[in-house]
Amino acid sequence: MSEANDIVSEYKYGFNDPEKFSFKADKGLNEALIKQISALKNEPEWMLDVRIKGYRHFLERPMPKWGANLDTIDFDNIYYYGKPEGEQATDWKDVPEGIRNTFDRLGIPEAEKKFLAGVGAQYESEVVYHSLRSDLEKKGVVFLDMDGGLREYPELVKKYFCKIIPFSDNKFSALNTAVWSGGSFIYVPPGVKIDMPLQAYFRINAKNIGQFERTLIIADKGSYVHYIEGCTAPVYSTDSLHSAVVELVALEGATIRYTTIQNWSSNVYNLVTKRAFAYANSRVEWIDGNLGSKITMKYPAIYLLGEKAHGEVISVAFAGKGQHQDAGAKIIHAAPNTTSQITSKSVSKDGGRTTYRGLLRIAKGCKNVKSNVSCDALILDDKSASDTVPYMEIYENQVSVGHEASVGRVSEEQLFYLMSRGFSQEAALGMIVRGFMDPFVRKLPMEYAIELNRLIELSMEGSVG
Amino acid sequence: MSILHLKKDAIYVLYKVKIDMPSEIKVENLHVSVEGKEILKGVNLTIKQGEIHALMGPNGSGKSTLSFTIMGHPKYVVTKGKVLLDGKNVLEMAVDERAKKGLFLSFQYPSEITGVTLSNFLRTAYNEIRSANGKEKIGVMDFMKLLYEKMALLKMDKEFAKRHLNVGFSGGEKKRTEILQMAVLEPRFAILDETDSGLDVDALRVVAAGVKKLSGPTVGVLIITHYQRILHYIKPDHVHVMVDGKIVKSGSSGLAEEIEKKGYDFMVKEK
Repeated sequence: MSEANDIVSEYKYGFNDPEKFSFKADKGLNEALIKQISALKNEPEWMLDVRIKGYRHFLERPMPKWGANLDTIDFDNIYYYGKPEGEQATDWKDVPEGIRNTFDRLGIPEAEKKFLAGVGAQYESEVVYHSLRSDLEKKGVVFLDMDGGLREYPELVKKYFCKIIPFSDNKFSALNTAVWSGGSFIYVPPGVKIDMPLQAYFRINAKNIGQFERTLIIADKGSYVHYIEGCTAPVYSTDSLHSAVVELVALEGATIRYTTIQNWSSNVYNLVTKRAFAYANSRVEWIDGNLGSKITMKYPAIYLLGEKAHGEVISVAFAGKGQHQDAGAKIIHAAPNTTSQITSKSVSKDGGRTTYRGLLRIAKGCKNVKSNVSCDALILDDKSASDTVPYMEIYENQVSVGHEASVGRVSEEQLFYLMSRGFSQEAALGMIVRGFMDPFVRKLPMEYAIELNRLIELSMEGSVG
Repeated sequence: MSILHLKKDAIYVLYKVKIDMPSEIKVENLHVSVEGKEILKGVNLTIKQGEIHALMGPNGSGKSTLSFTIMGHPKYVVTKGKVLLDGKNVLEMAVDERAKKGLFLSFQYPSEITGVTLSNFLRTAYNEIRSANGKEKIGVMDFMKLLYEKMALLKMDKEFAKRHLNVGFSGGEKKRTEILQMAVLEPRFAILDETDSGLDVDALRVVAAGVKKLSGPTVGVLIITHYQRILHYIKPDHVHVMVDGKIVKSGSSGLAEEIEKKGYDFMVKEK
């Protein structure tokens, strides 16, 4: 009992609402259910085909054994699809009260008013609210949920869906392809620069439900978009599964910044595949913060396909009691004169474990590539651990690659120094951790930086025995 | 009616002294071990608010051990004796509580804290100490004004406020930053541990002038020094010499001059 209290006291998003579904599938997964989901969504034939292919591949594909321990996932004990009551709204007033209250508590409508250009809010399997600033709509920006994208822009979706991440990429991309629902579809026309971020928020509410959103962002030539996703879930004694697939396409000269603040409750498996294609002169940045979940496995990837493309992955992971954050980055240099930067920061405490797992590949002939990888781990006590697994595959000589890694502990001297200036031990630790994560936090819009610092503070509570 | 002829400042000083009885910190027969080895072997020392004391002595005599013990470093184990702040047992207080009660240590080798700017760190510390003493926290703008004032006192560039605490600072910059912290936090008792070591002549002059300005009726200062260079700028009221974990001699500032001429040897032999 005290253990559950521990978790709840640190995690302020652990509340839940009564379940109100207009449709909820039985537990477990089979082809009939996939057909039913596809039919409910009125999908074209090709989408059902790819779903079925995905499902079959999911069945055949063994569990990955190279990373975090996934043996405890019980695939038969999960609801794969649940449509909440009500229809998708463009006005918060039209969102059913219970759900609206939840998003109010999460601060979404307020953030939307202040500093967002558009919002999508997903609850269980469906997006319940969607908006986009009208001036952007007029400029031809498309920001829909993925189902809406498939309905309204079938050709564009067909052109890119599963092309950046094939269903057969891994077991969980196959599962997502089979049962995907919700997520975001974004198209930014050539030259359009969206001045404020677009945000999607993903909320799991019911027990044992899986969330499998699917996101596709296409930034046309010379455009700019910053997309932010956040997520939380109630605390339950049984596990939930979140398995998303996110595909990004940055066409010539475009910039995509994709920011994630992952704050799932500590009973959620978070197994996500994210990949971007970056064409000439484009720039892709994954800003990836992992604070929550039981196990996260996520390695945002960038394929640098055109000259002078730049890729950047900057990530933080925070693993507390019972958590394993197995996260990292993949960068593939497939064109000359491309540049990349990987910065990873991880903190483990109370028996938590962090793993940095990364791949840097430079294909033959890709001259003048510049890349720098830097991973730092901070371990706050003797019960906690951190590993670094960096792979480098470099098939070209005329390149410049830097790699630094460090594992550190907070020293007695640092704590004493800060405490001698009036900081409690907890406050001193918090300040050291925040300082350590500063390069990440600085990449966030101010409101999110403040929120993240607050989350770190909450996670640090009770870290002094 | 003669009070009407006093200047405003003088009234303030009289008033200050009247309402705040001078505090004192008292070290009594203090024995301290580090990793099982006894370093301090019965130290006695009393410092009152408003006094400047100098603690001198050869390397390894236990000067820094005394300063770390008073501030509460966990490595230093008190086996016997007391440290009292106005009669209250300092040794039972957590380190941060000591700071909140007005103790301050200027470190010889301050830690580096990456990602935390000097201004953010110092504002947080300032407000922690204020709120522990029942005062209101102050906002960023007001604090920056205060900080820049104190930085000017120590001839520090404003840019310093944005730098990460002690990261990449030269030895002299670190010392200056320590004294800046003293200036902002306004302790009742400040221990300056080898503040003069590693400073060139110009830096020493600025730092010493700063310390001199900060000392006054409301603060008691203990200057720990090996080379007594700083004592050319600040005249202490009392000088103590520590040898092998004990204060072997106390006297007026003349004692410092004597040591400068003769070195420590004569005292070690006397002992």
